[in-house]
Amino acid sequence: MTTTRSPRAPRPAARPNRQDAHRLALLESMLRVRRFEERCVQLYSAARIRGFMHLYIGEEAVAVGVNEALTDDDAVVSTYREHGHALARGVPAEAIMAEMFGKVTGCSRGRGGSMHLFDAGRRFYGGNAIVGGGLPLAAGLALADRMTGQGRVTCCFFGDGAFAEGEFHETANLAALWQLPLLLVCENNLYAMGTALARHQAQTDLALRAAAYGMVSWAVDGMDVFAVEDAARRAAEGVRAGTGPHFLEMRTYRFRAHSMYDSDRYRDKAEIEHWKERDPVEGLARRLRDAKELSDKARTTLEDRLAAEIDAAVEAAEQAPEEPVEDLLKYVTSPVEVTRP
Amino acid sequence: MTTTHTRVAEATAPSDRKTTYREAMREAMREALRSDERVFLMGEDVGRYGGCFGVSLGLLEEFGPERIRDAPLSESAFVGAGIGAALAGMRPIVEIMTVNFSLLALDQILNNAATLLHMSGGQLPVPIVIRMTTGAGRQLAAQHSHSLEGWYAHIPGLRVLAPATLTDARYMLAPALADPDPVLIFEHGSLYNVSGDLPADAGPVDIDHAAVRRPGTDVSLIAYGGSLPKALAAAGDLASGGISAEVIDLRTLRPLDDATVGDSVARTHRAVVVDEGWRTGSLAAEISARLTEQHFYDLDAPVERVCSAEVPIPYARRLEEAALPQVDGIVAAAHRAVGEPVPTGANGAERQPVTGRSG
Ligand SMILES: Cc1ncc(C[n+]2csc(CCOP(=O)(O)OP(=O)(O)O)c2C)c(N)n1
Ligand SMILES: [Mg+2]
Repeated sequence: MTTTRSPRAPRPAARPNRQDAHRLALLESMLRVRRFEERCVQLYSAARIRGFMHLYIGEEAVAVGVNEALTDDDAVVSTYREHGHALARGVPAEAIMAEMFGKVTGCSRGRGGSMHLFDAGRRFYGGNAIVGGGLPLAAGLALADRMTGQGRVTCCFFGDGAFAEGEFHETANLAALWQLPLLLVCENNLYAMGTALARHQAQTDLALRAAAYGMVSWAVDGMDVFAVEDAARRAAEGVRAGTGPHFLEMRTYRFRAHSMYDSDRYRDKAEIEHWKERDPVEGLARRLRDAKELSDKARTTLEDRLAAEIDAAVEAAEQAPEEPVEDLLKYVTSPVEVTRP
Repeated sequence: MTTTHTRVAEATAPSDRKTTYREAMREAMREALRSDERVFLMGEDVGRYGGCFGVSLGLLEEFGPERIRDAPLSESAFVGAGIGAALAGMRPIVEIMTVNFSLLALDQILNNAATLLHMSGGQLPVPIVIRMTTGAGRQLAAQHSHSLEGWYAHIPGLRVLAPATLTDARYMLAPALADPDPVLIFEHGSLYNVSGDLPADAGPVDIDHAAVRRPGTDVSLIAYGGSLPKALAAAGDLASGGISAEVIDLRTLRPLDDATVGDSVARTHRAVVVDEGWRTGSLAAEISARLTEQHFYDLDAPVERVCSAEVPIPYARRLEEAALPQVDGIVAAAHRAVGEPVPTGANGAERQPVTGRSG
C-alpha cells in the first residue's frame, strides 16, 4: 500500500453548528437510500427488476453529503450505481422504482432501467453505464455555465476504476486548463468490479494524482457524512468562486457485490466486515442516539415513514402501465417540428 | 510440464465431449496458451475474476499473472498495447468485456490494427486476436446492448468471426491465432450458457467459409451469431407449415463467403437475412446488395431482412423484444418470400418503414 500523501480536506476550525434537524435530515436521506435498495434486492430476486443492478449500500454518505453542497440550479452527472445520487438529488422514489419496473411512469419512461435514471427538471443528467462516459459530458455542462456566466456547479460522480480511463484524464486536464466550474467526486470504493485498487492503479493515491492536473484536490473520509458535507461545501464554494475544477476522492466501500450478477469472490470477508463497522448510516444513527437527538421511538417513526414511502413507490410501479409497443420508435429523434433555415 | 501433458490428454479424451459455449471458448484458449508461449490473454477482470462472463475462469491459476493479465479500465491502452505486442512477435488474445466498450478502443483497432500492414507497405502485420461479447436480449438497455460487428466488418484489414455453435466456439480460436492479421471474435451474450455435446469429429474450423446448418429447398435463412438459434427455430416452425428452409450460418462476417450464400440462394431462389444490427447500413444490407448484384436472376422474390428496429435498445422487456429480431418475425419474412400468407400470430413488425421522424 502506498502511503497517503494527498492533502486531506481542511477541517473548519470549529465544527459548523449543524442543527439537530439537519443532522436528522442527513440520516433520513441516507436511510432512504439504504431501505430503497434493500427493497430493490427483494424485487430483483422476484424478477420484478431486471437487467444489471448496482447497489450503493455502504456508500450513502457520499451522495447525501455532496448533495448538501449543491443547489437546485446545479447539475449532477452520475454512473450506473446511481440510485443514491438520484434519491439524494430529489428524484422521487416512485419514479425510480417505476423505471426499474420498466413502466411508462419511470423517470426514463422505462427505457433506461436501473443504470439510466434521468431527470432533466432536476438537472440530473443520468445514469451512464460506460465507465468514465459521464466525465466529458460534465465538463461540457460546466463549459456552458462558464460561457453563459452562470454561477452554477456541475458535479460528476465516478469510480476509482473510471480514474484509469482516458476520459478521466482528458477531462481533468481540459477542465483545469479552461478553469471550468466542475466538481469531480471520485467514489473510491477500492474495487473496479473484481479488481482491487492496487491491481489497477500504479499510484493508488488518487487525490494526489488529480492534484497534478492543477486542481484543488482532497481526500475525504467517505464513510462520515459530516466530513463529506464539509469537504463538498468547501469545494463547491471554490468552484462557485471561479477557482476552477475541484477534485474530491471519497474513500468509501461497497458492502454488496459489484452487481446482482457478481458472486463477490475476490474480497476478503474480514475486509467487508471491517468496513461494515464504519457503516455510515448506523454510525450516524449511533452518534445521534448518544447525543440524545434520536430516541428509539423517533427512529421507529422514521423507519415506518420510509417503509410506507417505499411501499407506495412499489405499489405505484406495479400498477403503472408499460409504454405501448407501438411507441417503440419514439424518442429516437426529437418529436418537435424543426424549422429548417 | 508433465502435468500439462496429462491434462491435455484428459481434456481431449473422447469420452468427455459435453460442454458449454463458455467452456468451449475457455478450452480453446487453454489449448492456445499451452501450445504457444507467445500467446497471452489480456483484459479487464480476465485473471482473478475469471472474466466478466466467466470465460477465463481458472486460467490465471494455470498460466499465472504474466500470461493472464488483468488490465485497468483503459480499453484504448490495453488494446493498443496488444497491437504493439503483436508487432513485436507476441500472439495476444485481448478480451474487451463487451462490444459497447470497444468503442473506447475503436481508434486503436481501426487506425492501428487494421491499417499498419498497408500503411507500412506490407512490413508490419498485426497478428492479434480481439474477443468481445456482443448483442442484446438481457434487458441491459441501450449502452449495453449494441451489435456493432457489422461496423467492424466494414473495415478492410480485419477478419471478423462470429462463432454461433459449440464447435465454432471451441475450434475457431486456433485458426484465428494462426492468421497473420488482426481477427475480431464476437461472442453473443445469449450463447455462453448453451450446452451440448461437441461432435466427435469436431476439429479446426474453416474460417473462410459459411456453413449450412440445416439444408432446405424453399428459402434460405441467412444468419450468424446470436441470431442463428432463432433462424433454426424459425426453420423448425416453417417445416411444420410445409416450408423447407435452409439455414446458413455466415460464421465469418469479413470476408463474407459469397459462394456458400449464393449457392444456397441459387437453389432456393428466396432469401431472408437475419441480423441483430440496425437495418440501415447493416451487414444484412451488404448481403442483400450482393445477392441482387450476383443472383438477381436467381431470385423469385425480393430479399427480406429481419433486423433490429432503428432505436437504441430499450430496457423494458416488451419494448426490447419488439426491437430485436424474433422467431415470429423470421417466419413471417419467410412466408412473404415464398409468397404465402403470413400466419396469424407471426408479426411482421421488423418490416415497418424506418425512415422519417418517429416521435
Ligand atoms: C468503458 C467500460 N468498460 C468496462 C465496463 C464494465 N464495467 C462496469 S462497472 C466496472 C467497474 C467500474 O469500477 P469503478 O469505476 O471503480 O466504479 P464502481 O463500480 O466501483 O462504483 C466495469 C469494469 C463498462 N461499463 N464500461
Ligand atoms: Mg470502484
